[in-house]
Amino acid sequence: MSVPDIVVVATGTANTASVLAGLARAGARPRLARDAADIDGARGVVLPGVGTPRAALAGLAAGGLGEALVRRLRAGRPTLAVCLGLQLLCETSAESPGVAGFGLVPGRIERLPDRVRVPHMGWNQVVPGDAGPAGLVQEGHAYFANSYRLADAPFGWRASFVDYGGRWVAALERGAVLACQFHPELSGAWGTALLARWIARAVEAGC
Amino acid sequence: MLTVRIVPCLDVRDGRIVKGVRFQGLRDAGDPAARAALYEAQGADEIVVLDVAATPAGRGAHRDVVRAVRAALSIPLTVGGGVRGADDAAQLLDAGADKVSVNSAAVREPGLIDALAGRFGSQCTVVAIDAARDASGGWRARTHGGAADSDRDAVAWAREAGERGAGEILLTSWDRDGTGDGYDLDLIAAVAAVTRVPIIASGGAARAGHLAAAVRAGAGAVLAATIFHDGVTGVGDVKRALAADGFEVRP
Repeated sequence: MSVPDIVVVATGTANTASVLAGLARAGARPRLARDAADIDGARGVVLPGVGTPRAALAGLAAGGLGEALVRRLRAGRPTLAVCLGLQLLCETSAESPGVAGFGLVPGRIERLPDRVRVPHMGWNQVVPGDAGPAGLVQEGHAYFANSYRLADAPFGWRASFVDYGGRWVAALERGAVLACQFHPELSGAWGTALLARWIARAVEAGC
Repeated sequence: MLTVRIVPCLDVRDGRIVKGVRFQGLRDAGDPAARAALYEAQGADEIVVLDVAATPAGRGAHRDVVRAVRAALSIPLTVGGGVRGADDAAQLLDAGADKVSVNSAAVREPGLIDALAGRFGSQCTVVAIDAARDASGGWRARTHGGAADSDRDAVAWAREAGERGAGEILLTSWDRDGTGDGYDLDLIAAVAAVTRVPIIASGGAARAGHLAAAVRAGAGAVLAATIFHDGVTGVGDVKRALAADGFEVRP
């Protein structure tokens, strides 16, 4: 198998170096996306994300990066969205009122409840929601760093869950599109194995 | 359930790990990247690298050390030392840090916390507080690697840091640092009572029981250096002891 072409979208605020290192560990030869054409052309695209939805979406609006991402996601082409990246797929977020997300996942991002310490910071157990054939995400401990979350699994996506101030969505997947609220690039051997499975699926998808 | 984090800390000076007592009498404790990899293999949940010479020398943290440690790790990396502005933080993130820790510069200019949280998010913004007991029975924040006193009450400062957007408080007891006398549990409990931000307890750990006590006092993560550097206790030993004590740890 040739080493797949994976590009990472630089939003200007993310831990891009860790994402690149994690993908390399999982067998890819990642590079930074320079423009929308890179996003359109790559075998796989990774959208890392820290910071606020407003700042990240403003960064993606420049050069049509966001539009290229939406094209990929609508077509089901191999795409990995991390942390804030998952939240950007949804419709709106309480973190940035009045800002529209990509709207590909029905649902609104809400702040974690006050009864737990926020941010949700550290390793927590991820559990796939469905029985049946194994998805990309398998049971294990993942590293999280988030103050906001998607409470309910949307229709049409395979969801995995985590429990902190109630049960909420840890990851969503559909074909070669994977969105993780946790950081696979920082989740040790478990995270590296997940990245490797997503990369393998991106290669299989062949588009 | 969110697990208790075990966080080995690498105090780095001139590219080597150093460790002393109450921030003084520093001695060599090895190569940062090799140690970080060893601790990850033992089960460490994240690694903190503090460039202890950066602020006293008036410069930023060594980025080549950050790069080398990042390349060795698949777990989170927090870096501190000499961060005076958002651009310093951006350089550390580019070098491979996931979170950036600020201390002296934030005490001098608290708006730095708002600036970091606004640009990189709270989850990226760690405020380190070196707290020394004072004559009144409270704690004062010290700066410049523990060498300078400030007029800030450490507990009030922790609350303010959380309000300004800190995502974690790295709370070090200056009195206990390197002594092996156990964490300052009163300090942890006092800070836990005034902020909802997660607390990393630091300073004084010598055995697993100390770490368990810090968690009971309100810490979500426990940082230690000397016990791991000396090779007497591994991260795995500590985790097994905590699990036997009924705490959730990452296997």
